[in-house]
Amino acid sequence: MLEIKSLFVNYGSRQALNDISLEVNAGELLVVIGPNGAGKSTLVRAVSGALPLAHGSVHVNGLDLSRLSPAQRARQIAVVPQARNLPAAVTVYQSVLMGRTPYLGWLGHTGQHDHHSAHAALERTSCLELVERPVGELSGGEQQRVLLARALAQETPVLLLDEPTTHLDLQHQSSLLNLVRQLVVQQQLAVLMVLHDLNLASIYADLIALLVDGKLKALGRPAQVLTEANLTQVYHVPVHIIPHPEYGSPLVLPDGRKAAGL
Amino acid sequence: MNRTARPYLINLLLLLAAFILSIAAGPVFIPPGTIVRILINGLPGIGSAADWPQNYTAIVHQIRLPHTFLILLTGAALGGSGAAYQGVFRNPLADPYLIGVASGAGLGAVAAMAVRWPNGLLGLYTIPVAAFLGALITVALVYSLARVGRTLPTTTLILAGVAVSAFATSLTSFLMLRSNYELRRAIGWLLGGSILSGWEPVLAVLPYILIGLGLLLSSGHALNVLQFGEEQATQLGIPAERVKVLILLAASLTTAAAVAFSGVIGFIGLIVPHLARMIWGHDYRSVIPLSIIGGAAALLLADLAARTALAPQIVPVGIVTALVGAPFFLWVLRRAKNQVYW
Repeated sequence: MLEIKSLFVNYGSRQALNDISLEVNAGELLVVIGPNGAGKSTLVRAVSGALPLAHGSVHVNGLDLSRLSPAQRARQIAVVPQARNLPAAVTVYQSVLMGRTPYLGWLGHTGQHDHHSAHAALERTSCLELVERPVGELSGGEQQRVLLARALAQETPVLLLDEPTTHLDLQHQSSLLNLVRQLVVQQQLAVLMVLHDLNLASIYADLIALLVDGKLKALGRPAQVLTEANLTQVYHVPVHIIPHPEYGSPLVLPDGRKAAGL
Repeated sequence: MNRTARPYLINLLLLLAAFILSIAAGPVFIPPGTIVRILINGLPGIGSAADWPQNYTAIVHQIRLPHTFLILLTGAALGGSGAAYQGVFRNPLADPYLIGVASGAGLGAVAAMAVRWPNGLLGLYTIPVAAFLGALITVALVYSLARVGRTLPTTTLILAGVAVSAFATSLTSFLMLRSNYELRRAIGWLLGGSILSGWEPVLAVLPYILIGLGLLLSSGHALNVLQFGEEQATQLGIPAERVKVLILLAASLTTAAAVAFSGVIGFIGLIVPHLARMIWGHDYRSVIPLSIIGGAAALLLADLAARTALAPQIVPVGIVTALVGAPFFLWVLRRAKNQVYW
């Protein structure tokens, strides 16, 4: 479904992404992890077409995205960005309806089908009671759900999420990730999601990609990537890996205190 | 009444009232009823006996009507381009005057007049082109000076606008001091008082403003999406960079045409879109047309005040708009400081 082949991205003279190749199939959730500045958000931006590629390609269903117009691309890939600096006065409904932009003309005339899609996306993300509210007034968790609804209204086969749980509390983290997981399974979406939290990545991901300094350090099932050797080397903190009491997936327990002699 | 139609109806009624008042007021007051009958009488095929003083017809058709249309077009241009600048820059204080575009356009127009611009109609019709070039250079300069990373903070935008505007204004003054008496008349014009009368300037400004406003009217949806930032707009399928340039070109063309014939008039492009958003919401598909209609009405009323307050002396309309606009600007600035506006 989503094929990323030997992707290079430069910021000026600095290489932000170096030879990244990834593949995400329909019904699969790939989580990208890595330390700060590893290039996780850059990967999302580059794959979505918001950054120029220095080399490499991104294909969705065999379509080369670099050959498509922004509108054609936005029918293949939808992005849930980090909820920051949202326009204060735009209502939730307007925002989600903007997800239909790739299907609209220059004037943005919406038809019945577009309102249908927006409504379905709002329902799916439990945002229906928010429709009249301005997005600027919502809590962080609500904003993140609205952005997810907007991406769903785009009705794309591929979904990218950039750290959707960063500012959310435990309850909102797990309800958002449960929703993403349901979308992957029920709608057979191919999802690439950046997460900071290694344990959430372990519980929800089918595949994990570990990014360091713009390079792909490891790629595989959570148990293959989340190893003491990998993480200690990448995060410079000694860790213990213990099995999750319910699912047996690896849980990461940092042990920096002992290493610091405290 | 239909909810979406009401704001347009209110604005259009306001415009109609301002339009009639503008024709009525002057050294000779012509009652609105007479104006309506003179206008109807001017249409081919419908004629009734004229029961008003003979010279009224000439006053209306040759003096008041062209002046009113020029002011109407100028106000529409300033309102529409102000709304567009605010949308593109995502900044409520972007106004063609405050960001220096109007002064740049003024410099372009004066520079063209100073270099023996072709006389006659050709010269008249192409002065907006010179003003357009001046406006474009200014908007590019201010934008690149004010930009901090990928944002355009209010403080740097206004500071850059003031600096560039001061520079353009002093260049303009220099050009005028060095040239002959004819050009010195332009000082009055630069303060926002049209030096031209009759239908010629109206016809000269019309094509530029129609093209510019037409483009702006069609970009409401793109401006809505751009409120989420260029990156998200691209991800939603809008070619953000190209669209931004197109809207800035259209807004600068519109501003330049207005400045070329009516001088530098500030604050209409700030006040009107601001009120439109405050009262009728932030959807640019309606903010733009409402700002165009509202801008026309507001400038007609300001011009009315300028012509009648100290009659028979005529105050340049730019002074009136600044007297009302500057306090408004400070009020918006305070609001923008106290709350996250966008």
